[in-house]
Formats: sequence, structure tokens, C-alpha cells
Amino acid sequence: MNSDNIGVTGSVERNKTAKSKKGFKAFIYSQKIAPYVFISPFIFVFVIFFIYPAISTVTMSFQTVLPGKVEFIGFENYKNLFNPTFFKAIKNSIMYTALTLALLIPIPMILACFLNSKNMVGRNFFRSTLFIPALTSAVVATTIFRLIFGELPGSLMNQIIGAFGLSPIKWLKMQHTSFAALLFLACWRWTGVNILYFLSGLQNIPQEVNESAELDGATTMQKFMHITMPMLRPITIYVLTISIYGGMAMFTESYMLFGSNKSPNDMALTIIGYLYRQGWEQNNIGFGSAIGIVLLLFALVLNFTQLKVFGLFKKED
Amino acid sequence: MSKKQKEIKEKMKVTPQTILLLVLFIGIAAVVLFPIFCITLASFKPSKELLRFGLNVKIEPEVMSLGNYIFLFTGKNNYFMWFKNSLVITAIQASLTLIVSALVGYGFAMYDFKYKNQLFMCVILIMMIPMEIIMLPLYKQMIGMKMIDSIWGIILPFIASPAPIFFFRQYLSGIPKELMEAGRIDGCSEYGIFGRIILPLMAPSFAAMGIFVGMNSWNGFLWPLIVLRSQNKFTLPIGLATLITPYGNNYDVLIAGSVMAILPILIVFLFFQQYFIEGMTAGGVKG
Repeated sequence: MNSDNIGVTGSVERNKTAKSKKGFKAFIYSQKIAPYVFISPFIFVFVIFFIYPAISTVTMSFQTVLPGKVEFIGFENYKNLFNPTFFKAIKNSIMYTALTLALLIPIPMILACFLNSKNMVGRNFFRSTLFIPALTSAVVATTIFRLIFGELPGSLMNQIIGAFGLSPIKWLKMQHTSFAALLFLACWRWTGVNILYFLSGLQNIPQEVNESAELDGATTMQKFMHITMPMLRPITIYVLTISIYGGMAMFTESYMLFGSNKSPNDMALTIIGYLYRQGWEQNNIGFGSAIGIVLLLFALVLNFTQLKVFGLFKKED
Repeated sequence: MSKKQKEIKEKMKVTPQTILLLVLFIGIAAVVLFPIFCITLASFKPSKELLRFGLNVKIEPEVMSLGNYIFLFTGKNNYFMWFKNSLVITAIQASLTLIVSALVGYGFAMYDFKYKNQLFMCVILIMMIPMEIIMLPLYKQMIGMKMIDSIWGIILPFIASPAPIFFFRQYLSGIPKELMEAGRIDGCSEYGIFGRIILPLMAPSFAAMGIFVGMNSWNGFLWPLIVLRSQNKFTLPIGLATLITPYGNNYDVLIAGSVMAILPILIVFLFFQQYFIEGMTAGGVKG
């Protein structure tokens, strides 16, 4: 009797699970649910590794976080942000971003136009050659530039300026020259990549537009100002966006150029460098979070102004 | 004057410009390749030469040898462990990120569903916000999830990466949806359609994105620096960074090791240039 009972309920349960399994399978396989299954990894990553940390960085920015001791301290961390070192870091990051933008947008744009001109031979060869520096990691590239800008009289940069009759310089000990080294490095690594972007933009310009302008007697300069530049606008906005992003988030180059996060007098300290120093080197997690929030505000303001100015909201689907 | 003659004449006329452009670009190419040439040259010299005279372009056969490279391969150092770690991480990260991002990109490109636009805005949001901002809490989370000092700590947070998702979505929006309908009629399940019909069509985009993701992984620095703790788990960039000291006592490994770190990518690049270029420009090219 007992065993019978168990047998019956057992089989009922088995039936139930089989049925619900089938139902579940049908559910998962339905056309309505399938898209959610496809994008579920993204949702998973977005919630666990983006939303959750983003919220906890906001909370932590109002706390002192020590092992076993978390305390709310209000706006204390934000008040502490008003210190000369952080201002220096912000100034450095903004300077670096502005200068890289000033160099890495016009020059690659013009070079791309040259490469795209019908008088050019060996276009693909040069395109590939100029791209090669982008293959090196920031670590390796900076190692090379650290040596090029070495302070010995025999190191490359000193030999070059020596040829002009100048005496050797301790490049990485002074503000201006170490910034110059960082800019050289950025130009070396990214010119080829930005040329690629502009070339891909140039290929979208229909040949007929240029030809009809030529028929109307437009000069090369006029064509560049009135056809090429406006037609390159979307790609320029893209390059601008990633350059701002890259500039404000710069860290590895400055870290490697000085062999650690400590450049003399903090002359090459960036916002991320300061975050790294506070968060990891000095274990001020709460304060580090506040720095992160400031950077977040920077990023949001920059992106939104840019989208507003260039009206990208209207165009994109 | 026949058309052909005219064409030839036009070609003759542009010659000075062509030469000017050629000279300009040969000059630029020389400047661009120069640092790589210098470091390669230095890698064949003993490091004490470098410390005494600095990085220079003197070709001195009497001091040059393969010594540094032999030391890399056989000497007492961690270089090859780092190299191996980088290879393993790059391979795993690139393949997992590609698969996951392809699934997600496919979902966004080929289906219409509720909250699709809002969810896609989230992809764009991640793309616009530097990851460094959430690095601290993410690091604490990694400690909590016991993923510090493990390669999963490096890979997992970025497995559904916005740039490849965006790229795959763009790429797939060029594929007709009728293919899916045809698959359904033939009795394919939704996942069968992806696996059997769409995936093979995506092969070229996989090559481009594989190179893009692989290169980022091979060259990654800040996040692995934070996650990895023990010397024997370091990746190549982090290992090399530890060799930079004021005394320069590790420069044999550093210089030859840097050259060896560029070499694999350079070789892949020489064979698959087209995919590199597609991968790099992917985000910028509108469909």
C-alpha cells in the first residue's frame, strides 16, 4: 500500500516535471523569448559588472571604506577633492586631451586626403606602414620612448637636438619636455589609426561630387573646405569622441614613462593616475570613488555637449 | 587628340605632385618606423651599452649579438611564463568575447522585442563611459567573487563588450531577414538558425573583430595590473613594466622582451592586414 502510494505520486511527479520541462523548453525556444536569450549575456554583464559597481561607487564616495569598518562621512571625500594635487591631475588630463586633439585630428585628416588623392602611388603600403605603431602596446611603446627621451647625451633625442647645436636635456625631469614626450608618443601611435578612420570616411564621398566641383572650376582648397570637410563630419565626430575618451582616461603612458605612478613633482599625473594612487597605493577607496564620480561627470558632460552640438541624437536610430 | 592620349598626358602632368607626395610619405614612414628600428637594434646590444650611451642608431657589429634573445629563452627569468600567460589569456578572452558578443549583436540586429532600444542604449552607455570609473568597486567585487589573481577576473567583466556587439549588429543588419524565415520554414529552431545559417555568414566579421579583441587583450595593462597579484600569473605588459627600474639591471630582458612582444602581432598583421583595418575602423563606419 505504502509502496504503491509512493509509486503513484512518484510517477505523477515525474509526469509533472517532464511536462514542465517540455513547457520550459518550448518557452525558451519560442520566437518571442529567443531574442532575450541571445542578449542575456549582455544583460547579465551590464547588471553585475556595470550597474552594481556604478551604484556602489556612488555609495562608497560618501564613505570611508576600511576592512571591517565602513562609515558614512557625507560629503567629506568630495571636500577633500579640493586639493592642489587633484587640480594638477585634472589640468594635466585636460591639457593632454586638448593637445592630442589639436594634433591628432587635423594632421591625420590632411594626410588621409593626400593618401586618397589620385596622384598617390603605393596607397595601401603607406596606410599599413603608418598603422604599425598602433600594434605596439602602450607599455612597449612607452618603453621605447622612455629610451629615446633618455637623459644621457648619447640618447636619440639629445643627439638630434645636438645636431642643431643644443646641449643635452633631461627630458623627463621637466614639465614641458615630458609633456612633449607624451605627445610625440601619442602622435606616433595614433596618427596611422586616425588616418584609417578618415580614409574610410573619404571613401564614402561619391566621386561625382568632386568631379562636378572640378567642372565648376573649384580649386583643391575650395574642394577641401566645401566638400571634403563637411562630408567627413560624421567620422570626425567619431574620432573626436574616442580621442576625448582616450585622452581623459590616459594612464599607462604616464605610468610607464616614469617607471611608476610617481612623476617628479606629479607633472604627468593624470586623473586615472590619481585614482590609482588613492584607491590602490594608499587604499583610500572612498576617496578614490569620489574621484571616479568626478571623472564620470566629466565624461557625461563632454559626451552630451558633443551629441547636442553635433545633433547626433536626431540622426541615429 | 584621342581619349587615350589625353589620359596619358594627364598622367604626365601630375607627375611632380606624385613625386612630392611620395617623398612626403616616404619621409613620414621613415620617421614612424624609426623607433622600432632603434629598439630592435638595441636589443642586439648588451644592456650596459644602452645604459652608457643611451638609445642610438649606431650599428656596431663588434658588440652586437643574439645574447639577449638567448637569455630570454634559456636564462633565469620569468619572460616565457609571462609570454605564455599572455597567449593563454588572449586566446580565451578573444574567443569567449567573440562568441558572446556575436550572440548579443545577433539578438539586437535580427529581432524586434520589447525594450530593445532601451537595452541598446545601455550598450552605447558602456561604450561612452570610461571603464576606469567603476574600476574600484569592480575590484572590490572581484575580491568578493574570489576572482582576484585569476584570469576569469580579467575576462569575465568584459565578456559582453560593447564595441564588438555594436560591430556585429551593424554587420548583421546587412543580412536579409528572409534567411531566418526560410530557416524557420525548414524546421530550424531559433538557435539552429543562428548556428547553422547566420554564424557561417559572419566568418569575415569574426576575423576582423577577433584581431581587434585579441590585440586589446594582448596589450591590456591597467585592469590586469589590478587583478593579477603573483609574479607567475603576470601578463607580458605587466611583467615588462616590473622590469623598469632606475638601475636598469633588467634591461636585457626588457628590450629584447619588448621586441618579442611586438613580433607576434606584427606577423599576424602582415598576413591579415585587411582584417586589422576592418576591425579598427569598425566602430566608425556607418552602415
